[in-house]
Amino acid sequence: MESWGVGETWGVDHQRLARGAIRNLSYFALACLVVLTPPLVAADRRATQNTIPQVELINNALQSQWDAYGLTPAPDEEDQKWCRRVFLDLIGRIPSRGETQEFVADKGDRRRNLVVRLLNDDEYAAEFANHWATIWSNLLIGRSGGNDRNSMVSRAGMNKYLRDSFATNKPYNQMVFELLTASGTTEPGTDDFNGATNFLIDKVNMENGTLATSSTSRIFLGLQVQCTQCHNHPFNEWKQQKFWEFNAFFRQTRALRRFVPGTREIAYGQLIDQDFAGDGGQPQEAEIYYEERNGLTRIAYPVFVDGTEIGRNGYVGEVNRRRELAKLLLTSEYLDRMIVNRMWAHFLGYGFTRPLDDLGPHNTPSHPELLNSLGSELRNSSYDLRMLMMWITLSKPYQLSSRINSKNESDDPSLGEAPQFSHFYIRQMSAEQLYQSLVLVGGEMDGSLEQQQQERDRWLSQFVVAFGTDEGDEATTFNGSIPQALMMFNGELARRATRSSGNGWLGQVLANPTSFSEKVNLLFQAGLSRSPTRDELGIASNLLRARDGKVIEALEDLWWAVLNSNEFILVQ
Amino acid sequence: MHWSLMPTPRGMSRRHFMQHAMGAASMASAAFAMGNSVRVHAQELKRQGKAAILLWMSGGPATIDLWDLKPGAPTGGPFRPINTSGDVQICEHLPTIAKQMHNLTVVRSMSTREADHARGRYYMHTGYVPNPNIEHPSYGAVISHELMRDEFSLEIPPFISIGGASEGPGFLGMSWAPFNVSSDGQIRNLEMGLSDQRLMQRMFTLQVIENGFVAQNRGSAAVDHQKVLKKTFDLITSQQMKAFDVKSEPDSAKALYGDTGFGRGCLLARRLVEAGVPFVEVELGGWDNHQNIHTTLQNQKLPELDQAMGGLMIDLEQRGLLEKTVVIWMGEFGRTPTINGNAGRDHWAKSWSVVLGGGGIRTGIAIGETDDEGRAVVSTPYTAEDLMTSVCKALGISLETTFQSKNGRPMKIAGGGKLIEGIFA
Repeated sequence: MESWGVGETWGVDHQRLARGAIRNLSYFALACLVVLTPPLVAADRRATQNTIPQVELINNALQSQWDAYGLTPAPDEEDQKWCRRVFLDLIGRIPSRGETQEFVADKGDRRRNLVVRLLNDDEYAAEFANHWATIWSNLLIGRSGGNDRNSMVSRAGMNKYLRDSFATNKPYNQMVFELLTASGTTEPGTDDFNGATNFLIDKVNMENGTLATSSTSRIFLGLQVQCTQCHNHPFNEWKQQKFWEFNAFFRQTRALRRFVPGTREIAYGQLIDQDFAGDGGQPQEAEIYYEERNGLTRIAYPVFVDGTEIGRNGYVGEVNRRRELAKLLLTSEYLDRMIVNRMWAHFLGYGFTRPLDDLGPHNTPSHPELLNSLGSELRNSSYDLRMLMMWITLSKPYQLSSRINSKNESDDPSLGEAPQFSHFYIRQMSAEQLYQSLVLVGGEMDGSLEQQQQERDRWLSQFVVAFGTDEGDEATTFNGSIPQALMMFNGELARRATRSSGNGWLGQVLANPTSFSEKVNLLFQAGLSRSPTRDELGIASNLLRARDGKVIEALEDLWWAVLNSNEFILVQ
Repeated sequence: MHWSLMPTPRGMSRRHFMQHAMGAASMASAAFAMGNSVRVHAQELKRQGKAAILLWMSGGPATIDLWDLKPGAPTGGPFRPINTSGDVQICEHLPTIAKQMHNLTVVRSMSTREADHARGRYYMHTGYVPNPNIEHPSYGAVISHELMRDEFSLEIPPFISIGGASEGPGFLGMSWAPFNVSSDGQIRNLEMGLSDQRLMQRMFTLQVIENGFVAQNRGSAAVDHQKVLKKTFDLITSQQMKAFDVKSEPDSAKALYGDTGFGRGCLLARRLVEAGVPFVEVELGGWDNHQNIHTTLQNQKLPELDQAMGGLMIDLEQRGLLEKTVVIWMGEFGRTPTINGNAGRDHWAKSWSVVLGGGGIRTGIAIGETDDEGRAVVSTPYTAEDLMTSVCKALGISLETTFQSKNGRPMKIAGGGKLIEGIFA
């Protein structure tokens, strides 16, 4: 298994990565003229200018709708709370006490400086890459991807590919191209390994690749086509014919099972392209058949959503259908809008549409012009995702407090209204954010990086419920219900975090030569990024009395309460 | 300070504690002066009210092979129909259930439109088609919400899902969410390993932080968190938790339901209903039989279903629970009459069956019919809304009930469906 986490030496193999990119992407390098400006430098340069035009773009668009709806935006969030927010969103954990102090002590443009640091500093590079690789793994292969015995997915392989991509700030369009055109094996350490194959490996064999079809169009283009597989959808402009035309792009692709030697146990998979003879057995005109509801059989050839046809030849040497699809996909404006909408929803809690991955014409966005122009800006910035992250995290709506007041209480998307982002919408941490945050404040376990990775995966898997259907549907029980509360009350991780072993985190707080109330203050600063209130200080000293003056036991009780609170688990 | 969300008083020591706690001046000292056990001896209260058990067949079972056989037709498959204790024939591989059919009714005229797993699961559980702007409450949330209105004695969650995820509470809020347990009744992370007193003091401290945050008015998630904490606390301090101890059942009971996950799940469901839980869902997966359907059914699915569901019906009747307990058997849809090239059947929502029993429903019959090949309903077709409406009626829930969704829009219970004709005597 791949080691990971702090201290991993990713990024040293730039040359190999670059070679791989060129091999996979001659199309890119030659036809697309992607300017591989070192993105970190670019981000720094922009950040030192006074205003960032894309931030102005966002601010103006939001302001005009606030005016139109008669909303007064909330004031900016308190600095410490905002610092916690941006740490959680950008690198997936709460800040340490020292990091918060450093932020507050910054006399310059501290918010901008912090964003630039989190995006670009070596100190955070591993955490940044891990955080985004986790998010994208969950998106591309699901939380349960690779857990099933029959699965060819390697979670480690998917993660490795994505970590490398985010660590090197790979342009988004290049990443999409690689995910769609990848061939090779799924498992790190095997011959011909290519982690990008994990996206499609479990999606192409069953039912003629219908899952590859619906996932690709939904995840990258925001077009929901799964229902049109069987019938013309009544509320959707997509027709059944279009579904199968899109599907025809995947018919050369096969996933081959690779077994553990001497057994029938699947070890990993290999994704290949092979000649496709077509359902009619004529490779020069490789057509596919599908059945309408009335029983009529119809024919489809590869045609992109915008109506562009490609050659019908089924020989891979003549027409590589996946490659053609990837090229067409990169020309689509849906690609731009979808990634902007996804990123916006990540930071602001809601996308411009609901669901965020349904951008069809039937689903009007809350801020249509902003969505379009941010899409163009991203395209013009060579799909630099860190740039997009910076625009959003420095924009006005991301600065706002989550406190609701009478001037903006009508802006409540949980009621089904379109979000106006006039105050920050609180939301629960993801299971991954919670885990990484608890690790920071005492939940770390001993053992090698590999053991820690396994422990994390095991912990995360307890929340996944797979429905066992062909479509790989799943749900999470990390949803604020009783089992989650029990896990925080009593679970092993929470116990580790609230137990005071000698050199553990609580032990260090104890050893700190300060007064009890200063120790209490440390706990509140670390967990909630604020000082305790008078009530809280009062109950802390009551705890100390109830524990017969045993400071460590009182701190355990108090820390347990802090970690179990709504204020801890909510991103504010 | 808002103490309203502290644990419901339900026994002397806790009530005593609460009275002190509510006096603002003495709040902290009272909490720490209290030495009595919080594990109160709640009196054994048997629910007088009704309950429902949903047997959820995840994946979409081929009802044409179970409840509505078409022997001799090209779509019929290899299974033969057999006579039952009711006025209805069912599949030969369900012999135990066949002897209980006087207590069950097959509705053979279900006709729905959702043939995608996720959409079908949502629709059959809520009576509403999925809508991105609103989340509808599922059976368990609706029924427990309605049946719990005047019920203060239940300390364990009123909506329990065994061996599956069920569907969520929608706009009714997280406090009506399903409580998921495995079929052996094990609940993770239940043991605190703390004295009651220390636990209470921790809860008290937690409550101070929670209240402070709620007072900042940052949105409903903060309040929802508080409600769930209260329910969790109720749960871990409750005597009623022994209802989950399915292992304590005698061997004869385990034998009756069968030594399978679903069998243990059904036995657990009976224990929970007996303890006063108004809604329990038990999931049996593995019905998405696109390949080799009849081998799978005959060797695996049907024997497991037959013994567990048959055992449940016998047990409910013997314990006098059947009159009060509605049993619902369904999946997200049926399967195609046409047998495909892989000897399987695919998704099919146009004509399929569900099974109902208990709660005063008229039983021992089949309602509705499909054509000779099972391809279409030829009597009045029924929808998820109609089924849910009929179940609500059997539970004594008013069909005039209207919920307010979060944005104030009125939502009729069960999607405003109509009653299935002939299901009530």
